[in-house]
Amino acid sequence: MIRSDVLKTLIPLISDQLVVTNIGLPSQEMHLLDDQPSNFYMLGTMGLASSIGLGLALAQDKKVIAIDGDGSVLMNFGTLPTIANNPAPNFILLIIDNGSYGSTGDQTTYTGMKTSLAEVARACGCDTVIECSAQDTKSVVETALAGDKMTIIISKCESGNIKVPVIEMDPVVIKDRFMKAVNA
Amino acid sequence: MSVNDVIMQAMRENSIDFVTTVPCKQLAGVIEKIEQSEDIRHVPANREDEGMGLCAGAYMGGARPAIIMQNTAIGVTINALATLIQFYRMPLPMLISYRGEVGEPVACQVEMAVHTKALLNQLNIPTYHFHQPEDAAETSAILSHCFMARKPVALLMDATFWKGA
Repeated sequence: MIRSDVLKTLIPLISDQLVVTNIGLPSQEMHLLDDQPSNFYMLGTMGLASSIGLGLALAQDKKVIAIDGDGSVLMNFGTLPTIANNPAPNFILLIIDNGSYGSTGDQTTYTGMKTSLAEVARACGCDTVIECSAQDTKSVVETALAGDKMTIIISKCESGNIKVPVIEMDPVVIKDRFMKAVNA
Repeated sequence: MSVNDVIMQAMRENSIDFVTTVPCKQLAGVIEKIEQSEDIRHVPANREDEGMGLCAGAYMGGARPAIIMQNTAIGVTINALATLIQFYRMPLPMLISYRGEVGEPVACQVEMAVHTKALLNQLNIPTYHFHQPEDAAETSAILSHCFMARKPVALLMDATFWKGA
């Protein structure tokens, strides 16, 4: 299973949840598969999906799922100690770890080599860290959504992309409808 | 009243309730007051662009955020400012310790000081330079202006200003 296959399995679970999606293909795939006002698409700023998700979770009570990538977490490694030390029980960080920079041509990341994000997250102090297969991701996310513990999920999937159009929606529209969904 | 207290009062007047910080010696007093405050959630960040992501999320969650950082951070936050805060039109007060101005003991700090205003100007970020302790009295109005305009706004506070701390 590649990332878009994992996202497809998650849609019934997260369609009506607050979702922050990482720059590039993850945002574009979510936009194509299940565009919702409750999706915040990052159009730029690689690395900050987990930070935006944590800030959002700390500021209000609804569940927040940040869908991040291994390359982006590697770029903003400082996010993991911040998450660990400022726990938000309503926050789920789902890292789709395909060991590659999917949006730029599938170059290998260090998680595709020797680095384990699950071990790093645990070493940073995150209490609930679950590494799972692509196939098991849906049930792991379902359990996390039903619980009240901040959860870091590392979904190990295959590298590969589907063809998706860029998002042409204006960023202010994305923000405005997302904030209305937060308040709904 | 010390400039630290004036800044804290201005934040309260503007209902700022979420502050992320990367420390600087000059900012230590304000950061300590924020940490002790019961009405402001303090989330220390490891890098300032991470802090801007936290502020963006908090803002969309209904909070009134601010970031406290040193001017060297302008160098690491230009992308976050342009493609997140400005592109999505979000307010972000940046309370900045302006190192490298007159009174600075560390020569290296001057190297970023000479670029600070030029970079902020290039980004079209409204910028206010606090030089005398009395300048702190403007903080509340500037914070209010920032949320009205939904833009990042920079308050540069130099060494002479911090003599009022």
